[in-house]
Amino acid sequence: MRISPNFVDKIVKIGLNFQAFFTVGILIAIVAVIFFKGSPYLNLEFIFSSPEDMGRHGGIFSTIIGTIFLVLLSIFIATPLGVGTAIFLTEYTKESWFTKIIRFGVESLAGIPSILYGLFGFIFFVVKLGMGWSLMAGVLTITIMILPTIIRTSEEAVKTVPRNLRIVSYSLSATKWETVTKVVLPSAGPGILTGIMLSVGRAVGETAAVIFTMGSSLRLPTSLMDSGRTMAVHFYILAREGISMEKAYATALVLVLSILFINIIAYYIMNKVTSKYS
Amino acid sequence: MPKLMGTVLLLILTLPLAFGACSSKDVQAKKRTVTVAGSTSVMPFTEKLAEHFMIDHRDFIVEVQGGGSTAGIQACLNGTVNIGMSSRQLKGEENILNQIIICYDGISLVLNPANPITNLSLKDVRDIFSGKIKNWKELGWIDRSIDAVTREEGSGTRGSFEELVMTDEEIDDGIMVQDSNGSVKEVVATDPYAIGYISLGLVDDKVKAVIIDGVEPSIDTIKLGQYKIVRPFLYVTREGLDDSAREFIDFVLSAAGQNVLKMEGLISVHD
Amino acid sequence: MIKKALTKEHFVKYILTAFALSSLLFLFLIFIFILSEGIPLFHKVGLKNIIFGFKWAPTKGSFGIFPMIVSSFLVTFGALMVGAPLGLSCAIYLSEYSGKKLKLFLKPALELLAGIPSVVYGFLGVIYIVPLVRNFLGGPGFSLLATSIILGVMIFPTVISISFDALMSVPKTYREGSFAMGATKWQTIYKVIIPSARSGILASFILGMGRAIGETMAVIMVAGNALRIPTSILDPLRTLTSNIALELAYATGDHRLGLFSTGVVLLVIIMILNYIATFAIRRRVLK
Repeated sequence: MRISPNFVDKIVKIGLNFQAFFTVGILIAIVAVIFFKGSPYLNLEFIFSSPEDMGRHGGIFSTIIGTIFLVLLSIFIATPLGVGTAIFLTEYTKESWFTKIIRFGVESLAGIPSILYGLFGFIFFVVKLGMGWSLMAGVLTITIMILPTIIRTSEEAVKTVPRNLRIVSYSLSATKWETVTKVVLPSAGPGILTGIMLSVGRAVGETAAVIFTMGSSLRLPTSLMDSGRTMAVHFYILAREGISMEKAYATALVLVLSILFINIIAYYIMNKVTSKYS
Repeated sequence: MPKLMGTVLLLILTLPLAFGACSSKDVQAKKRTVTVAGSTSVMPFTEKLAEHFMIDHRDFIVEVQGGGSTAGIQACLNGTVNIGMSSRQLKGEENILNQIIICYDGISLVLNPANPITNLSLKDVRDIFSGKIKNWKELGWIDRSIDAVTREEGSGTRGSFEELVMTDEEIDDGIMVQDSNGSVKEVVATDPYAIGYISLGLVDDKVKAVIIDGVEPSIDTIKLGQYKIVRPFLYVTREGLDDSAREFIDFVLSAAGQNVLKMEGLISVHD
Repeated sequence: MIKKALTKEHFVKYILTAFALSSLLFLFLIFIFILSEGIPLFHKVGLKNIIFGFKWAPTKGSFGIFPMIVSSFLVTFGALMVGAPLGLSCAIYLSEYSGKKLKLFLKPALELLAGIPSVVYGFLGVIYIVPLVRNFLGGPGFSLLATSIILGVMIFPTVISISFDALMSVPKTYREGSFAMGATKWQTIYKVIIPSARSGILASFILGMGRAIGETMAVIMVAGNALRIPTSILDPLRTLTSNIALELAYATGDHRLGLFSTGVVLLVIIMILNYIATFAIRRRVLK
């Protein structure tokens, strides 16, 4: 007996339907669990008070500040480097062995797992340069880690700027740099911003590279040489050491919500750009 | 071109250094800072001590970090921190540091509260961790494999456990490894078939302390010398300790400081 | 005036060149420092004794990481077994079956989920997957199986998103041609679309592997970290990444060098995987 192809087709359709919803269901369930388990313990006091007794009591304020310091400073250094590289690759050179090598470098950096960034940051910044576990060691490590994302998204964004905009600018006898700053960057801006937001999201959720460079001191960092703890590291320690499940879920909720929020903004900006040019 | 590359390299290399230069000024804050790092067994108690210390020493900041005994000792050796915390004896070149015993701590074998076993011999424990006993049936419970958890290489608690319990036997490779007292406790608290060892001061109602050779691990039995799995908690310092750190250590050794440790289930050095 | 503008242009170009070179410099530094810390031990102990050694007791002079290399590949393979078929069928569903509206909603939604930190996956693994494995299948629960499931879920977004793009880039005319010849939808997908998107799908698997083999914190939380090569999927195991993260904070002297040697091996494996992935992607582009 031969099974009719149409019958197979129906079975496959049902099967794929089921699998797709199963897959999406798992991912939605993850967010839902965090939300329902965490929201009862999440309140303003939790956000605005600092951890006490290793995090068993109190909130997560110092870790939020630690995260903000780490992320803002890293973005602050990585953005000019990354956007500059992208501008260089697209506007200032032709494709050659030189750009190929740089692209290879960027691709390789993008593929290195975060624990190796942690290992490198630990030996180079913490030990060799004598920074100790410090905000600065964390910032420099995270800067290198997010650089490839910023370069790649910026390059994509700069490439989508229509050629005739540049031609018009040059015909008005603008220099290359004027063209870049006044024409290319403004219209590539939203795309670049998307890349930056995605990098922010990655830095906020990072643990392995942060814990070995920035340390895990619970005190609010007041200088670049202070050690500090980010939300992700705090969550990892709370969950792993079983210090407090309630606080762990609430911290996870803040962490996940802020990352989802950041990524949603990134996609919103990206959609606006793509709808503008296509 | 080579000249250009040179300038470029220099520029990028000096960037972090420039950061270092301007931030090192911030270190000299108005507050007096004491930095402590090392053993994760000693850390929670040092945190407690620091909290109490800072209540009546408002101009002080005591910064406490983990990292492990070895890292703490190293950090103290190369001057990264004022005080290193260690839960094991110093060895070799580490002995140039000053050692201050701040208290004694027992290591307790712990089981899940659902496990009916309350009593084990030291030999049973050794056999479990060396992989000779693998099933709870052999110890008079159900036919189920034992989920033993040990600490990672380099941990002070593991060092003391190897020395005091395992003596000349090796811990089996098939045994699970966790990297802190807290995570060992968490595994034992959630897995009914698990056994692990943690600092006696950290035992609470999530896990059950095992009676070893008929002796219950407690402050009293340790003071009487009956419970043998005991190790000192050390602070290590370099020559030329600065005044702020000295003041903190004086507090720790004072009656008030020792009282804080006693409240946490540790054994004071005065007893 | 013109001269001034020109020198400024030059200056800008130098600065931008410097910026572009910074990535290379960082890559160089990472390699130099991981290698310079990791290689000496290979000399001292011997390459063979590290890579093919079975015993990891760094404070007693044994630095064998063979079980961890095997375990790293086992969890990566396990993650693919879980993540690849589910991820691919999800991508097929999205590109061939779902309506436009659903597509517009689900694709970004899945990519958003890629941003969930790995520690959250690890945590949920400890809370839900580990006890399930322990209670229904036996063993400590911290196991190859639990790790594979967690990593498999973690690579969903990567696999779905990249293979979806590959499937969508198959020209419409292929589909129309196949339908015109009387093929059913599934025959079209199976015989026409998947083969022509093959290298893109492969790239999605390889990138997923890269993410799985490099994952650290989630693996430490659910793998149990025992040093032996697991003999069943219910045994605990330790990967290269978790070996580094478990012991780095404590390690000194040769012990620390041993962890850097672990890092060197990991770096080499990752570089090979990356090379294969770029190769697969480049071939797709050439097509």
